[in-house]
Amino acid sequence: MQDYEYMLAAYEQAGGEPSVFKDSKMAHLVIHKNKVIGKHSVQGLILEPKETPSGVDINLKVEKGIKIENPVHLCFGILPKEGIQEINIKAKIEDGAGVKLLSHCVFPNAIKVVHRMTANIEIGDNAYYEYNEVHFHGEDGGIKVVPKAKIKVGKNSYLVTNFSLLKGRVGVFNLDYEVHIQENSSLAMTTKIYGYGDDRIRIKEAGLLIGRNSRGLIKSRIAVRDRAVSEIINELTAAAPEARGHVDCLEVIQGNARAKAIPIVNVTHELARVTHEAAIGRVGKKQVQTLMARGLKEEEAIDLVVNGMLR
Amino acid sequence: MPILNIEKISLRIEGRQILKDLSFSVEAGTIHSILGPNAAGKSSLAYCLMGCCDYLPQSGKIYFRGKDITTLPVAERAKMGLTLAWQEPARFEGLTVKDYIAVGMKNKDQTQIEKALYQVLLEPKDYLNRIIDKTLSGGERKRLELAAVLAMKPKLAILDEPDSGIDILALDNIVEMIKELKREGTTVLLITHREEVAEIADKTSLICSGFVVKEGTPRDVGKYFKEKCIPCPTRIYPAEEDKIQEVE
Repeated sequence: MQDYEYMLAAYEQAGGEPSVFKDSKMAHLVIHKNKVIGKHSVQGLILEPKETPSGVDINLKVEKGIKIENPVHLCFGILPKEGIQEINIKAKIEDGAGVKLLSHCVFPNAIKVVHRMTANIEIGDNAYYEYNEVHFHGEDGGIKVVPKAKIKVGKNSYLVTNFSLLKGRVGVFNLDYEVHIQENSSLAMTTKIYGYGDDRIRIKEAGLLIGRNSRGLIKSRIAVRDRAVSEIINELTAAAPEARGHVDCLEVIQGNARAKAIPIVNVTHELARVTHEAAIGRVGKKQVQTLMARGLKEEEAIDLVVNGMLR
Repeated sequence: MPILNIEKISLRIEGRQILKDLSFSVEAGTIHSILGPNAAGKSSLAYCLMGCCDYLPQSGKIYFRGKDITTLPVAERAKMGLTLAWQEPARFEGLTVKDYIAVGMKNKDQTQIEKALYQVLLEPKDYLNRIIDKTLSGGERKRLELAAVLAMKPKLAILDEPDSGIDILALDNIVEMIKELKREGTTVLLITHREEVAEIADKTSLICSGFVVKEGTPRDVGKYFKEKCIPCPTRIYPAEEDKIQEVE
């Protein structure tokens, strides 16, 4: 019971609203290490967690034609300084169904923590899946986070993912998502991360627009300072007529940080089109001086510009 | 009484002389226009007065409200009541109009932000939560820059070509906003290359090739500008203007 209270406190620290776990209209799942310490489902949503020696396997299904009215709240984490958590998610959103998930991953005291998340997600036809994920890793940076996902999106459907890690250290972060998009469907993936200290950020996001008239947007906003290092590989492939995609990567560096952006645009059909923009550099001098001319100190001006970009 | 005194400032950037022993003063509570052809050094003067990096003068002094600010950082000058509205204002991804205008305000009261937006003829409900990014037109961005200056209530506002890129119908509005600044107690240093805009000033200084050529009433200086500067054969040609603008 104590773990549950502490997890909710960490959840709140990460920006979550703990009262959602008392609302019977909202499904939720709270996992500490490899223990399921809170669970509630709603009609049309199958939420089956199974504890394993190193984490939890989760089977999530939204039944055909059901659109879950309220967001499903997930909270995963490890409270002690050390530990491993492996979350394996198998999700199926059946035809005509839809769900929005709000996930908070909290590791407030991490010194030697590993969190792996592996997801296989299938989204049917005329369906939607929105996944918003917020991480909070504490101030020590002693954490390694490895999220991997393979996602298939059916026809006339959409997938939205928003990942943010803006509070506390990043540690070592290695994300690898691959998404296949069918006819008349769309993908919008956004990642926002602020790294500092010795943080290491590697993101590989790949979208394959394989259906006619499919759409894809992969957007990254990364800020690194001190000795932090980031490498962003955004890959969008358009292989069908009228497929359209855009890759948009913006990285800001300060101090001795290093940033690399590798946008890959791959078009294999003459009626498809993918565009990209990538910019890496320090905060614009004119932006900073504009804010300083209103009275902000240089550091305050840089913070405002960076926080705006990551908002 | 002068609020700003500029004494013989010289500015060289990358080996090019931009300002040469330039001197003039601005009386408190007035609109003082700086007129001059393209590449005369007007924007460089604005950055130099604001203290922008790379624009510190090699010689001369700048006094603001009686204090030598020649080497003061930008933020210190702003805290003393000096600000600059840029000719091409910066854009800020993720920063809302409301937050941007509030930056320079001591009391971040939303009614004052809304008032500033009304003053620049922008409807607050349509703009308060807009992001200052590329979705705003150049004209909207210019108005927002003026709104930010109005809300800041500075002692002296340097307006760098607030009329550029503005269509002829909107020009009257811009002129009204500048007069409004003066009515609210802000001294205005108005940089322009349009003599009809310079005419709203109490006094005008004509700058060419980095120094003051003539000072006087807007009408006299404007007449001189029209008769002597526009047909002047030694005017810098567009190719050279580009070179100098690159530096700016």
